[in-house]
Amino acid sequence: MPNIKELTDLTTQVRRDIIRMVHKVNSGHPGGSLGCAEFFVSLYQELMERKDGFDMDGIGEDLFFLSNGHISPVFYSVLARSGYFPVEELNTFRLIDSRLQGHPTTHEGLPGIRIASGSLGQGMSVALGAAQAKKLNNDDHLVYSLHGDGELQEGQNWEAIMYASAKKVDNLISTIDLNQQQIDGSTDDVLPMGSIRAKFEAFGWIVLDIEKGNDIESILKGMKEAKSLTGQGKPVCVLLHTVMGNGIDFMMHTHAWHGKAPNDEQLKEGLSQNPETLGDY
Amino acid sequence: MKTYTYTEKKDTRSGFGAGLTELGRTNPNVVALCADLIGSLKMDQFIEENPERFFQIGIAEANMMGIAAGLTIGGKIPFTGTFANFSTGRVYDQIRQSIAYSGKNVKICASHAGLTLGEDGATHQILEDIGLMKMLPGMVVINPCDYNQTKAATIAIADYDGPVYLRFGRPSVPIFTPADQKFEIGKAIKFTEGSDVTIVATGHLVWEALEASKALHEAGISAEVINIHTIKPLDEKAILDSVAKTRCIVTAEEHNHLGGLGESVARVLAQHNPTPQEFIATNDTFGESGTPAQLMDKYGLNSEAIQNAVKKILKRK
Repeated sequence: MPNIKELTDLTTQVRRDIIRMVHKVNSGHPGGSLGCAEFFVSLYQELMERKDGFDMDGIGEDLFFLSNGHISPVFYSVLARSGYFPVEELNTFRLIDSRLQGHPTTHEGLPGIRIASGSLGQGMSVALGAAQAKKLNNDDHLVYSLHGDGELQEGQNWEAIMYASAKKVDNLISTIDLNQQQIDGSTDDVLPMGSIRAKFEAFGWIVLDIEKGNDIESILKGMKEAKSLTGQGKPVCVLLHTVMGNGIDFMMHTHAWHGKAPNDEQLKEGLSQNPETLGDY
Repeated sequence: MKTYTYTEKKDTRSGFGAGLTELGRTNPNVVALCADLIGSLKMDQFIEENPERFFQIGIAEANMMGIAAGLTIGGKIPFTGTFANFSTGRVYDQIRQSIAYSGKNVKICASHAGLTLGEDGATHQILEDIGLMKMLPGMVVINPCDYNQTKAATIAIADYDGPVYLRFGRPSVPIFTPADQKFEIGKAIKFTEGSDVTIVATGHLVWEALEASKALHEAGISAEVINIHTIKPLDEKAILDSVAKTRCIVTAEEHNHLGGLGESVARVLAQHNPTPQEFIATNDTFGESGTPAQLMDKYGLNSEAIQNAVKKILKRK
């Protein structure tokens, strides 16, 4: 049984990491990062089967691909706090000579990252390749991916979504961060996409919703259900309903903090709403 | 003067197909992907022998590049196949982020490069692909000259760990290199010794350069012909050693003069030994419909054009 208190404490600490990282360099993407904190913590702490250490091929373990690379702060924080690299290195986020580039990359050799992302819409294709390599290798571990909902406006996703079901890639769980926000406003204002569920279903995917996408128990339950649906000839899509900016009241329910850093006062306020649990880096 | 002859013409893309087939038998990690052009890329035999190692992607080149990148995360060596235009310009960002920047071991194999799609016209031709690919950090760019060399290059790049762009054509061209050649990435091949002028050529223009050197020899001009099958990394030493002797150079390629082999050579010369240079290449233009031979004539990509460029450069020495 997972210890929910431990996971909650870690999530609170991850939120602190996110806003401190972004505040320090006055750049980065806190909104989507905060909205996905519970998901990343659940994934790396409970859901994924991971080997000790890190190798690029990732044979014999579950893999995760972040497609919407701009939420790098939450990815970096959870990777560091899951033992991939020293937590102190979070201090170097977006600074010159850092392995923690603005958007994640393999180029700097940061453990935990197996593909660069930032230019949107490419992650599902990569996840598909990795999933098919697993089948060739008779490796029955799973491939997870995360995508923004706004990111689905990129056409390459739909090439990949079509391919995944046509080729019965059923060792893949693609999660859509359904916060309904993108840089310029709500997804419905910028480019309405209609029912994402209906679209995935029409393309032959198994789709399930996690309505409380910022609740760890709901995430664990939903993702375990998703896992149970793999291996049935169809790819699995999880619609994770999250709140952008979750955990810091003035950042929630708005696109305003998609790519904006808090000032000193806002940082102080955000940290006070998320008291230190495991210790700051 | 050493002369080169041929007994058979064959398309370079068939060299790719033959090389891929051999890799299918010798390297279990090699996998192939295609975007609905199996016949054009001559992948049939590989697929017949290794159906489980082939991925038909459909008409979705961006997805193909991403899937190829993903397959490397699992130790596979993916060879992607489609026309050169759809292998480069159409998917530049996918190659840039998911393959080159991510340092993935993907072999981007591009057929019908240059003007060789002939009658299909400019939408299906590409004269910018060498430039696009050579500008990507870490990308190796190879443009072999005949069937045998394309086969050898295909086999050789499987042993190189990193992204490679392999460019070849559609029409049948003379086979004039040995079947048992060793292909070394980045190592130019000198075909003829000469003292008056250096001709460096790549791809289908190498044969035209050899034809030109034969005609020039009869006119009393001694040309040194070098096959630059690898445009990046460029064999700078081979070029500099040759121009130290000849003191002038003609570059020849089926590509825009902007961004191609000629510009790469010009940079090396400007830095190390400024040398008069003439460019056999297209003059910043799109192609058009016509037979490949007609187009090569129209855009001045043949032996005669090389001879004229040599005569011009000799006056500038």
